[in-house]
Amino acid sequence: MSHAEQDEDSHYVDTAPGDESLDGYEAAEEIRTYLVGLGLATLLTLVSFFINRTALVWEPSIPVALAVLAIAQMGVHLVFFLHITTGPDNVNNVLALAFGVLIVLLVIVGSLWIMAHMNHNMMPIDQIMQMQS
Amino acid sequence: MSAFDAAVGRDGPNHVERAQGSPDIQHSAKHAAYALASKRIIAGYGFWIFLLSDIVMFSAFFATYAVLVDATAGGPSGQGLFDLGNVGIETACLLLSSFTCGLAGIGARTRNGFWFYGAMAATFMLGAAFLSIEIREFMGMIALGAGPTRSAFLSAFFTLVGCHGLHVAIGLLWLLTMMAQVFAKGYRADILRRLLCFSLFWHALDIIWVGLFTMVYLMGVTQ
Amino acid sequence: MLGKLSWAAIPLDQPIPLFTAALVGVVIVGVLAWVTLKGWLPYLWREWITSVDHKRIGIMYILLAMVMLLRGFADAIMMRSQQALAFRSEGYLPPEHYDQIFSAHGTLMIFFVAMPFVIGLMNFVMPLQLGIRDVAFPTLNSVSFWLTATGALLVNISLVVGEFARTGWLPYPPLSEIAYSPGVGVDYYLWSLQISGVGTLLTGVNFVTTVLKIRAPGMNLMRMPMFCWTTLASNLLIVAAFPILTATLAMLLLDRYLGFHFFTNEAGGNVMMFMNLIWAWGHPEVYILILPAFGIFSEVISTFSRKPLFGYRSMVMATMAICALSFTVWLHHFFTMGAGADVNAIFGIASMIIAVPTGVKVFNWLFTMYGGRVVYSQSILWSIAFMITFVIGGMTGVLLAVPPVDFVLHNSLFLVAHFHNVIIGGVLFGAFAGYTYWFPKAFGFRLHEGLGKASFWCWLVGFYVAFMPLYIVGLKGMTRRMQHYDVPDWRPWLLIAAGGTAIILAGIILQIAQLAISIRWRKELRDETGDPWNGRSLEWATPSPPPAFNFAVLPSVEGDEAYWDMKQRARQQAMLGEEPPYADIEMPRNSPTGFICAFFATFMGFALIWHIWWIVVLAAVCAFATFVVFAWRDEVEYVIPADVVARIDRANRTARGETLALSGTPS
Repeated sequence: MSHAEQDEDSHYVDTAPGDESLDGYEAAEEIRTYLVGLGLATLLTLVSFFINRTALVWEPSIPVALAVLAIAQMGVHLVFFLHITTGPDNVNNVLALAFGVLIVLLVIVGSLWIMAHMNHNMMPIDQIMQMQS
Repeated sequence: MSAFDAAVGRDGPNHVERAQGSPDIQHSAKHAAYALASKRIIAGYGFWIFLLSDIVMFSAFFATYAVLVDATAGGPSGQGLFDLGNVGIETACLLLSSFTCGLAGIGARTRNGFWFYGAMAATFMLGAAFLSIEIREFMGMIALGAGPTRSAFLSAFFTLVGCHGLHVAIGLLWLLTMMAQVFAKGYRADILRRLLCFSLFWHALDIIWVGLFTMVYLMGVTQ
Repeated sequence: MLGKLSWAAIPLDQPIPLFTAALVGVVIVGVLAWVTLKGWLPYLWREWITSVDHKRIGIMYILLAMVMLLRGFADAIMMRSQQALAFRSEGYLPPEHYDQIFSAHGTLMIFFVAMPFVIGLMNFVMPLQLGIRDVAFPTLNSVSFWLTATGALLVNISLVVGEFARTGWLPYPPLSEIAYSPGVGVDYYLWSLQISGVGTLLTGVNFVTTVLKIRAPGMNLMRMPMFCWTTLASNLLIVAAFPILTATLAMLLLDRYLGFHFFTNEAGGNVMMFMNLIWAWGHPEVYILILPAFGIFSEVISTFSRKPLFGYRSMVMATMAICALSFTVWLHHFFTMGAGADVNAIFGIASMIIAVPTGVKVFNWLFTMYGGRVVYSQSILWSIAFMITFVIGGMTGVLLAVPPVDFVLHNSLFLVAHFHNVIIGGVLFGAFAGYTYWFPKAFGFRLHEGLGKASFWCWLVGFYVAFMPLYIVGLKGMTRRMQHYDVPDWRPWLLIAAGGTAIILAGIILQIAQLAISIRWRKELRDETGDPWNGRSLEWATPSPPPAFNFAVLPSVEGDEAYWDMKQRARQQAMLGEEPPYADIEMPRNSPTGFICAFFATFMGFALIWHIWWIVVLAAVCAFATFVVFAWRDEVEYVIPADVVARIDRANRTARGETLALSGTPS
């Protein structure tokens, strides 16, 4: 197979999830990464809590804003604490993560969509119970 | 990575020798470098896959919570029950513990006992603080008559948040076991691999908590 | 002290389970006594129970599946005979017993026959095909197996102590809630599935890691045999789907044990959420079962057609497409619950789309056989029968995917006929094809062909006679799970179906005879070279049975069909390759961790079912202690010296060399 060579290249370097990738690491440098992550995560958390209480933001947009902030913070955790990057040594880790995210989205969005329709079409259960008794 | 690899050992049962010379079982140096990953990568990757499955499990609880959030059956809703001050403190505890957990990892790699034990102890204290605040919150709600048997909403709330709490509790047990292991056996390669898995676990709990405080507490109070 | 457990738990008033249990008890005690008297217990403990060798674990999985198949099939005989008799009468099984039988039949067949069978085959074959020595986490593999065995044991204990669920193979609430099922039956179901579910999940993690991270040098992803691809897809689905099952069953457990209100009628509970979540697991589950079977057929058809697999890349694409699509169709299991036209339409269309990659696969198999020199062995007979049967089952499935049609056929025997058509015709035929194909690799001798073919024909004819009538009575309006009925129109069809069961029984008896006679004639049926079928993938490069280390020297893969290429080269040069330099091999040490964990898990599950809380706590502490003891080990590997490796490999090279000399000129 002609494309085999390319395939091999992507396997040459590989990193365990959670390990700093590639070259030798410096403890000080790594502490700096964690500090940046901690700072960003704290900032995003504070904004989340702030948005929730303030009157500055248009109210219907708050859930959307909260969701965006949460996803951003999850990203910060992945990059700075779990060291998940887009580098070639991380391809397998990112692919697995993408698969997991796909399933999580399918389960949550699918369930909410289905159940919203079900609940819409369904008579409330207490009324059914009343009819039966 | 290279210096570190030498320290943790890249060999495994699939590694021991490589064929040379023969026409049907021949090999080039190029081939040997890939496909057979190091034990550290295998362990880390396996645990990564396990964590993803754990997150899928949480997604089922999240979906259930979202479906049942309005099913209060005439009982209290999140607005009256949640105390954001508590949640803020809990969030701070977990976030800081993620940071100290990272420091513990660095301590282990640099074989610095002071860093390692200190950071692990700090992680434990922060995790235990988180857990005790959560338990107090649960006890308070139950005392108010808002226990998990009150309504479907509260069942879903206690299960979702409680499942995360259970993970933290298991994490604390694991943390103590890891400290004991390092104390008894030193910074051996297999123990460092387990530490890698532990730190993945601990960071993942923090990620789930981000989803939790956003979707359950913040959105619950807004509604 | 003993919770809900008392002497009343033993069903003294029901002769059938008591008699069965007594018989099984006698058999178990007899086997144990025989093994002990022969002095084989230490051997069993050392070489099998504590083994972390993927081949041994795979064989034990398949053994478990076959024993459970007998139990599940006994349930099937009882159901068919009950329905044959119960026309305007009560039959011989009272409703509460009949309900337990169909629930146990479904639970056993899916979780403790189909699952262990395919997991066993993956366990045995996948590392050999990848050219490696073991899976990524060998001890975890043993834990997985023993937890699965624990689940099977708990289901079977329910036969004599207490009762099994009467709620069907999926315990739909509110019937399965404590208000309507106050007995321990549902608890038996829930805990045995939770425990074996952990085992299955760990297997999924283990195998995904193995396929993605450990392969022989040169074995890149697009060179992997098809079975390894389907193993990867199936285990990705395990990792993604089984946590949903765990969560859903956990919620039902909380409802039953602690008075939560997830799926109750009161306090805002929502039973529809259970259906939604259980099928979000349940649909991927059917692909978890069928994908490995697709892989087996690919291997068998290619080997016995003497051709490489047609359309390898399209096969890989189709497998991965099914893997992703299987998560987008789950609503078709509850069209009638009333999600409305738009939701039903979208899931209906998605269900039809998933038939497309499956169709691609069928054409690929047909084109693989086309122009090949097909050897009609028993393995390929199962494969051809599969293609015909599965296409019929698939088409009735597409029918059911049309929502208006489903409103007519939902929960009818048409549905029962459909899923037996795909599960027997797909998964079970696949498992048997794999069993006959890889048996010589596992034990060093082939299975008797004549008896195998006789058994195959009984199974095939029996299947059609037993299940085609069910399509018809389904269309005539008969619903599933009926203990008795009054419609004269259904009667003849149900009598025919019962006859079909008898033909399948003959097939099973012939299979048992085949195994017994093959063992007796093992000298005549011996496989000397390790390559009895002129195979194409790396498992045939090892001796039969393979040594603990599989490969004396890890093979280096140079082409698409690793072993076929080596063999062609050897034939052209009319000699084997040069002897490789042997070296010491380190292998993982055996460990009783899995067995001990399962031992405590059995106690914990049993105590949870009967509310014996002190045993629960004690067993949980012991299980944790087992893990800590395991983690404290200092020596995790042992060394097989180079001269032992050389001796084993040279013996096999001699046998292969002789065969090569006999086959003479290069082909």
